[in-house]
Amino acid sequence: MFQLTINARRYAVEAEPDTPLLFVLRDSLGLTGTKYGCGIGQCGACTVLLDGAATRSCQIPLESVGTQAITTIEAIEQDPVGAKVVAAWVGIEVPQCGYCQSGQVMAATSLLKQTPKPSEADIAGAMTNLCRCGTYNAIAAAVRQAAA
Amino acid sequence: MTDLTPLRRADRRQPVRNLSRRGFLGAASGALFLGISLRIEPAAAQARAEGPAAVAPKPGTRVAAFLEIRPDSSVRLLSPFVEGGQGINTGLAQTIGEELDLDPARFTVECAPPGPDYAVVNGLRMTGGSFSTRSSFEAMRRLGATAREMMLRAAAAKLAVPQDSLTTADGRVVHAASGRSLGYGELAAAALALQPRDDVKLKDPKAFRWIGKPVARLDMRDKSTGRAVYGIDIRLPGMLHAAVQHAPHLGTEPEAIANEAEIRAMPGVQAVQRLPGAVAVVADTWWRARKGAEALQVTWSKPAPDGIATVSAGFSSAAMLAALKGATEPGIPAEQAGDPDAAFKGAAKVVAAEYDAPYLAHAQLEPPSAVASFTPDGSLDLWLPNQMPELFQQIAAKTAGLQPDQVRIHSPMLGGFFGRHFYYGPANPFPQAILLAKALGKPVRVLWSREEEFGMDALRPLSFARFRAALGADGMPVALETTAVGEGPIGRWFGALFKSPVDSSVVEGLDQKPYAIPNRKLSYVKVPHPVTIAFWRSVGHSMNDYFYESFLDEIAQAGGQDPFALRLALLKDSPRHRTLLQAVADLAGGWKPGPFQAADGTRRARGVSMASPFGSETATIAEVSLKDGEARVHDLWIAIDPGSVVNPAIVKRQVESAAALGLSSTLLEQVVYEGGQRLARNFDAYPILDRDRMPRVHVAIVESGAPMGGIGEPGLPGVPPAVVNAVALLTGQRLRSLPLAKAHLSGA
Repeated sequence: MFQLTINARRYAVEAEPDTPLLFVLRDSLGLTGTKYGCGIGQCGACTVLLDGAATRSCQIPLESVGTQAITTIEAIEQDPVGAKVVAAWVGIEVPQCGYCQSGQVMAATSLLKQTPKPSEADIAGAMTNLCRCGTYNAIAAAVRQAAA
Repeated sequence: MTDLTPLRRADRRQPVRNLSRRGFLGAASGALFLGISLRIEPAAAQARAEGPAAVAPKPGTRVAAFLEIRPDSSVRLLSPFVEGGQGINTGLAQTIGEELDLDPARFTVECAPPGPDYAVVNGLRMTGGSFSTRSSFEAMRRLGATAREMMLRAAAAKLAVPQDSLTTADGRVVHAASGRSLGYGELAAAALALQPRDDVKLKDPKAFRWIGKPVARLDMRDKSTGRAVYGIDIRLPGMLHAAVQHAPHLGTEPEAIANEAEIRAMPGVQAVQRLPGAVAVVADTWWRARKGAEALQVTWSKPAPDGIATVSAGFSSAAMLAALKGATEPGIPAEQAGDPDAAFKGAAKVVAAEYDAPYLAHAQLEPPSAVASFTPDGSLDLWLPNQMPELFQQIAAKTAGLQPDQVRIHSPMLGGFFGRHFYYGPANPFPQAILLAKALGKPVRVLWSREEEFGMDALRPLSFARFRAALGADGMPVALETTAVGEGPIGRWFGALFKSPVDSSVVEGLDQKPYAIPNRKLSYVKVPHPVTIAFWRSVGHSMNDYFYESFLDEIAQAGGQDPFALRLALLKDSPRHRTLLQAVADLAGGWKPGPFQAADGTRRARGVSMASPFGSETATIAEVSLKDGEARVHDLWIAIDPGSVVNPAIVKRQVESAAALGLSSTLLEQVVYEGGQRLARNFDAYPILDRDRMPRVHVAIVESGAPMGGIGEPGLPGVPPAVVNAVALLTGQRLRSLPLAKAHLSGA
């Protein structure tokens, strides 16, 4: 039995210790806003915040989460930075199919929490999630707007 | 029927070949796909008839099948189309809302279940071919106008005033004389019981409030907060999760499982089940199922040792390409004009080249899944990503041993599709979900891991074309001979529909060009692929416009012509295309091919191309430099003429999105087979365009007023040739095989 703190709520989870956090969230806890894309840390669709830092949850075994606070897309607007990011995403109309955008919003929130006024290089360094619809320019514009 | 004018006009432009998708959709109300009838029997599906006279409804006319008007005057729209990023939900809300007089923001849109009312793509229902808006625009306007008239009529009865004394104002019927008004929500029950009129007047386009405007998309908040529900997110009570291991060679079958007992004993595992071409492990969570599926030790039947007739032990993409190149027979004529033979005899110069493009994966970020649940009465609920609900309903019924009306198809939002979610036989997980749910007596969800998806996805076909051009003494092309070799998805999946042997999805982009080359011959040589092939965003245009427009630059070079000037000269008979070509040059600050030195010191060049995909016209310019042997694309300028548009903001983003995919295929993508197996099983080995490689994209919309064309796909085909033409100017290397990642580029 593992104890997790997700979106400021405590959960008890019964699963094998090597189960990726991604599938604990999606299948054990029903938090399906976090997406499965590749399972090997390449695409970033599964990005969540661990103690505020963007983390690809498909690469995090349940046993390694420990006491770190997990934030998922479901609660991102409760974070003032996350709320700004979402507002920019909606205002600029970033998503196309939208499937990768949970992860993109999480990555952007993490960036702006650590670097409120990011340079273009900071944005390029932090926003590495894949988007098959090619919304990269809109993503960068939304990050700039959220930082403004 | 006025709603299909663009399609009919396209037909009229095709004297030689009448079997393009435009043609087929123009004649296919009782279509046969894969031997399955899609003719919809209206009587059986007439559960929600509107009044006593309701019999076979004309698709797109029965208001109650589309609109649920709620007490607060908001609307739930059951859409004929599925939303997968293209913005169709918003476009429909604009189109219907315009005529209904209701703010599009008050619409929620869902993909409708199967039914005859939704066959609005000229008697068929599908989301594809960039058809949605252009095929349904007039019908959806009329639907909104018809519904508004029903509101007025119901209000006239309720208020006991003449109908012509009433007007509407954003969801309310207003009687100005008395100051009374009624909300649509208050009138809905009475209004929707009325017989719809079929002679309502549509608005004057000059009075449009929402059509043609950048109205806010409806799905942005849900997609920015994780609330949008995709097929992969469907969860049912008591549902089991299945993961599969597919046969390493397509077409082989499981023979023995060495460790079946061990797998059954793994935590949470409920069953190990043999399926056609696969073995499934079913468990209480997907991760447990997947661990089981990956641990399975399966002995598979043996593939054929060699050849390209099947995915044999020796099959490779290189062998397939060699077979395409080796097919040197003259082929079937697909288009002919003038006297090419005579023109070649009299030519001052002859240029020839061969081009090829690889198999491509869709690589949509949502891995495919399906949920099947049988109800106690034996009927079936099926949730699955799909672009054609009625087709999937028919095939699901066959798989389950049911009648089609015993299968309820649920079509969730798509996490990208790009052509992925048509029916492609073994590339669809839903038959596995049906078989497992039936065998286990519980709802079952099948989810393919990314690795299984890369192994099983239906592919854009590996393609090959051969060109020969005759140039006059003035350097202008006087004749062009083109041979397209291979097989396309139209022939594979819709072949039963066609009597003519020319596969439109193999030759589109090579035919019906606007250029004034007087003598032309286009031939098709069919060489079937053993692999599962697919529609892929812009289909035949995705490679053929690269082939043609690159070769056109070779013609320009051989004739000593500037590529832009040559195109302009060849477009002398088409003011629409000349205008568009000039528009893209203007957008790019004037045509300058280079090479030139950019402000940052890099050496750059620009390439130009044109394309005529899906009823729209595009002109594209790409600016490219080299870095570490790779092409770096800095800017793409794309002018698109789709005739007219519903939402310019959505159009621009769709063009940018299509351009990104086109660039991805130009630079990076290829599915490689060796030893009968695909080498890449995830994004580490099948790289797709990342943020670092994304150029600026500048889009200009030119509304010529021509019949409405498509939007979702047309931004793509011009990108590969524009980039490759720029690379040729920069390096002197003419790259006739994609992706560019195969070549190390160096400056001339």
